[in-house]
Amino acid sequence: MSETQVAQKSTTLFGKKERRLLTDPFNDNNPITVQVLGICSALAVTVAVKNALVMSVAVILVTGFSNLIISLLRNTIPNRVRMIVQLVVIASLVSIVEMVLHAFQYDVYKQMSVYIGLIITNCILMGRLEAFAMANKPWQSLLDGIGNGVGYGAILIAVAFFRELFGKGSVFGFRVLPDWYVPNGLMLIPAAAIFLIGIIIWIQRSRNTKLVDIS
Amino acid sequence: MDRNSNIYTIIYAAILTVVVAVVLAFVHSSLEPKMEANEKLAKQKDILRSVGLVDLPDASAVYEKTISSFVIDASGKVVDGMDGEAVNVAAEFKKPAEDQVHPVFVYTADDGSKRLILPLYGNGLWDKIWGYIALEEDMNTIAGIAMDHKGETPGLGAEIKDNPKQYNDPFIGKTILDEQGNYVSVKMVKGGIKEPEHQIDAISGATITSDGVNEMLYRGLGYYLPYFNAAKSQTSLK
Repeated sequence: MSETQVAQKSTTLFGKKERRLLTDPFNDNNPITVQVLGICSALAVTVAVKNALVMSVAVILVTGFSNLIISLLRNTIPNRVRMIVQLVVIASLVSIVEMVLHAFQYDVYKQMSVYIGLIITNCILMGRLEAFAMANKPWQSLLDGIGNGVGYGAILIAVAFFRELFGKGSVFGFRVLPDWYVPNGLMLIPAAAIFLIGIIIWIQRSRNTKLVDIS
Repeated sequence: MDRNSNIYTIIYAAILTVVVAVVLAFVHSSLEPKMEANEKLAKQKDILRSVGLVDLPDASAVYEKTISSFVIDASGKVVDGMDGEAVNVAAEFKKPAEDQVHPVFVYTADDGSKRLILPLYGNGLWDKIWGYIALEEDMNTIAGIAMDHKGETPGLGAEIKDNPKQYNDPFIGKTILDEQGNYVSVKMVKGGIKEPEHQIDAISGATITSDGVNEMLYRGLGYYLPYFNAAKSQTSLK
């Protein structure tokens, strides 16, 4: 125990532990494919890559800052209302993101409509606050938040890429497939996203067998 | 201090609420002008889209130059001193028909010809749909239509906005009155067009959105019939 603490103190801002906080959510601890959180929004906003990108940036900002703020407050928060405090922080950050999009990215804001507000209910946020930020230092919490946001965003963009490619024949709104390709409307329906996420989980687990349940 | 005492919890919650409220109020008030400008520009673009002016770099300037507006009441009389832009179509939609007022936007082209642009508002499958329809000076022939929606299914109902070539352009040239001058509106129909003057092909797979568009057109244009009749009898367009 004392050894690990010494080791922690001697690490720099980007020590091994810190790097793991950022990289784990990409593979071993991905919020969507391993923790299976945030599925609802992953189905809803992945029709086009641009929407997925904006959603990812929004979620990265909210996970990062909510983790940071809660971690800073962690020693003052009364235990009985800690969930409410967490939600208040998340909700305010999401409201700010929503207003900023409304002011500076109006088209995207209109297309994503309710799903920006629904970031509040994204389980990744509460999950990280409860599991990590309440018990860790601000810097590590910020990294953990950003890592999880990026891990979420990576899956979102991958799903959106294939949905837009096959559903509209385009990427980022630019037509890339030749004209003879008839866009497949099925890909634009949320159900298509769950198939894609399933395939991603399948590929990931066949490459990384330690994720497979041994039960 | 004891972090689990009631008094600490209450004070903590109170301070947190005040801080959050101040921060949110500050952000909102500093971004509000920008948000309102966005809303206004989006509406202006929709109106210009109905007369075929899309993707203008200076939509706001074109709008100011070419569009004027006035307001009519439910009996078709012009309401003095009211600006069309001040009318909230979504709010009017909820009022009883006899209390509603309806804006009319007039587009004046470079050659002096005019078109009437009327707002439409109704229900799609999942949420609200709305749009603007432009009529020629005869108040019968459709010059253009632009539609938008809040949450119609992409690739199906959302085609009313995403695929203007197939679902907006065919409206152009259709008439809303039959040969006897009776109001028939225009419709999106399935299974073949029987009256080419008043019908276009519906969106396959999006029956409820198509029906919503039909209802929106029938009711939306219907509001203006008293005004049309009055204006035609005076044979002058305001």
